[in-house]
Amino acid sequence: MNRSFFARPVAALIVLALAISACGPSPRATGSIGGSVSVLATWGGAEQESFLAMVKPFEDKTGVKVQYEGTRDLNAILTTRVQGGNPPDVAGLPGPGQMAQFATQGKLIDLGSVLDMNAMRDEYPESFLKLAQVDGKQVGIFIKAALKGPIWYNPKQFQAKGYAVPKTWDELITLSKRIADSGTTPWCIGFESAAASGWPGTDWLEDIVLRQSGPDVYDQWWQGTKKWTSPEIKKAWETWGTIIADPKMVLGGKSAMLATAFGDSGNPMFTNPPRCFLHHQASFITDFFTKANPSIKSGEDFNFFMTPDIDSRYSGAVTGAGDLFGMFKDTPQSRALMNYLTTPEAQAIWVKRGGALSPNKKVTEYPDQISSDSAKALTTAKVFRFDASDLMPEAMNAAFWKAVLDYTNDPTKLDSILTTLDQVQASSYK
Amino acid sequence: MIDRVPQVAAALLLPAAALLGYIFVAEWLLQRLPEGARPRLRPWIWIGPALAFVGFFLIAPAIQTIFLSLMDATSTNFVGGDNYVAILTDPNVHAAIRNNLLWWIVFFTSFVLINGLAIAVLADRVRYEGLAKSLIFLPQAISFVAAGTIWKFIYSYQPPGVEQTGTLNALVVFFGGEPQPWLTQSPTNNLFLIVVAVWAWCGFATVILSAALKGVPVELLEAARLDGASEMMVFRRIVFPLLLPTITVVATTLVIFALKAFDVVYVMTNGNFDTEVLANRMYKEMFTVRNYGRASAVAVLLLAGIVPVLVFNVRRLREQEAIR
Repeated sequence: MNRSFFARPVAALIVLALAISACGPSPRATGSIGGSVSVLATWGGAEQESFLAMVKPFEDKTGVKVQYEGTRDLNAILTTRVQGGNPPDVAGLPGPGQMAQFATQGKLIDLGSVLDMNAMRDEYPESFLKLAQVDGKQVGIFIKAALKGPIWYNPKQFQAKGYAVPKTWDELITLSKRIADSGTTPWCIGFESAAASGWPGTDWLEDIVLRQSGPDVYDQWWQGTKKWTSPEIKKAWETWGTIIADPKMVLGGKSAMLATAFGDSGNPMFTNPPRCFLHHQASFITDFFTKANPSIKSGEDFNFFMTPDIDSRYSGAVTGAGDLFGMFKDTPQSRALMNYLTTPEAQAIWVKRGGALSPNKKVTEYPDQISSDSAKALTTAKVFRFDASDLMPEAMNAAFWKAVLDYTNDPTKLDSILTTLDQVQASSYK
Repeated sequence: MIDRVPQVAAALLLPAAALLGYIFVAEWLLQRLPEGARPRLRPWIWIGPALAFVGFFLIAPAIQTIFLSLMDATSTNFVGGDNYVAILTDPNVHAAIRNNLLWWIVFFTSFVLINGLAIAVLADRVRYEGLAKSLIFLPQAISFVAAGTIWKFIYSYQPPGVEQTGTLNALVVFFGGEPQPWLTQSPTNNLFLIVVAVWAWCGFATVILSAALKGVPVELLEAARLDGASEMMVFRRIVFPLLLPTITVVATTLVIFALKAFDVVYVMTNGNFDTEVLANRMYKEMFTVRNYGRASAVAVLLLAGIVPVLVFNVRRLREQEAIR
């Protein structure tokens, strides 16, 4: 056994070299690698540009080409490609429910060996890391967060008309009625989003359920143990109905709600005179506002207040969501990209462009007061809950979207819509 | 991309080489057999590759689909007819069947045929026939997803008072009308969806019917005209009956397309607002809900709808052969 004399030290050296390169001071600092990495996610338009801007420094530094592909039908495309054995290297995951399914099928790579988990625990809120774990394994990571439930308004117009920001749900309805009586529709709402049409309505209902019936009912609801026909959930729909079932409350009535793309629907707030005063949408919508109306300024022409409390017992409850990323192929390029996407430097790029909050606590420099307020609302919430529809099984989620459209189209059919949802609930949770 | 060139070349050349090799080897073997057996065996050797191909890529998957339709969502347990009961009691499927039958098979097919025939007959009488037919045929080259996206812009809707971005609503407002949400108003939204498919398919019908029209003997037409028949009469009594076999062929193709209509619906409404079709239902069950059993059951339902059309088509072809 002559060779072992040389082999051992050499092997030790190799191990050492690997150790240094793999988990040295920081796996995030990567030199030039070259090659390419494919990324599949849901963003298009303004959001796609922001993502590409976010990975530009990565491409420049590592020489890795990021091949981005965007689709609004992410769930179907991703599932097909994963089942077909042709997954993208790295992908945005449709939601925690779908992530768990991929993880149990062994399709997702455990990020515990890819990311610097000590740094992650240091920089990420516990809740965000937990949401991306399955059976104790970190199979996903949030690279972007959104605050759900802000209601956007135009401060200049509010001041001109003497409207005050409502503190409670009742005040919100009173204000809406007052605006409606003055001859303008108070709300701008749009549900159109290609194959995902209807989802903006699910955000509304989640906000109402959480503020009206509290976090326990909310959890039972997305976990599938609270029926849609139960009094609490039905009441949430009816509460929402005071706005969307009243043609005087929404610009263009049901036709506009069903036919208007969600990203465009807030724009009539910025016409002169405005055609509506209020718009309910997650924090990322600011990106859409400023792209479509380049002259408007954050804080001056648009600002937000949170969907107000309904029941004071659950005061300070907030819903949020985020973009989960997972890794399907273990290549040096995908490892480097995943690491890069979790860094505060990378996330700060999108945050500065607007429309994104960072789940990384080290990102503190927000471009304006609005983003910083949104981030604060997200991280300091007394009760924080993740977007319920994203947590539901895909079949339930899709039925929820359709129910939003059906209810908008004909609010008198609420009972049959809820019964249908109960049937899906009974069959889609396993 | 360059590194793919050998693969592409191999993919193109290898099957051809394999087929040629197969024929040579089979013929060589055949020569070794007694003379009496050769004529009986030879057809099977020549048809063999085609049969294997169809069997592997068409018949086997069809049989597998039927099996899967009797299994549960993950294809692990046998559930008998449960999936069929589930889909046949699903109001979404009822809407899909109605839309496929009424809007797609009846309206789509007849619109394309009437338009295609009218354009073919009219274009036949003008000097710029080639140009006219090319223009009509152009949309055929566009994929249906692209066509759906283009028409989505045309149908786009903004509330009254806001500037209209959709071509159709901009026109409506220009002439003093109220903008309409074309794609969300049931049941007329189905009409606006099939208009897209009619636009895309019209060229196909026009080109084929026009070719058939050229085959109508001029002497017949002249004789009829000399006998004092009006142009309408010439068309009804001579041209139309002579075109009928071609019309049937085009109609069958259209009906099969109508049954599997998917892209336009998926892109423009995703089956919402009462525009569901069976193929979109299958897609949802398969990729959104991931219920393989129900998706397969919808597929079998679709297959059951298409088989009679195919049988009709094959029968008619046989009849024509018999006449010849």
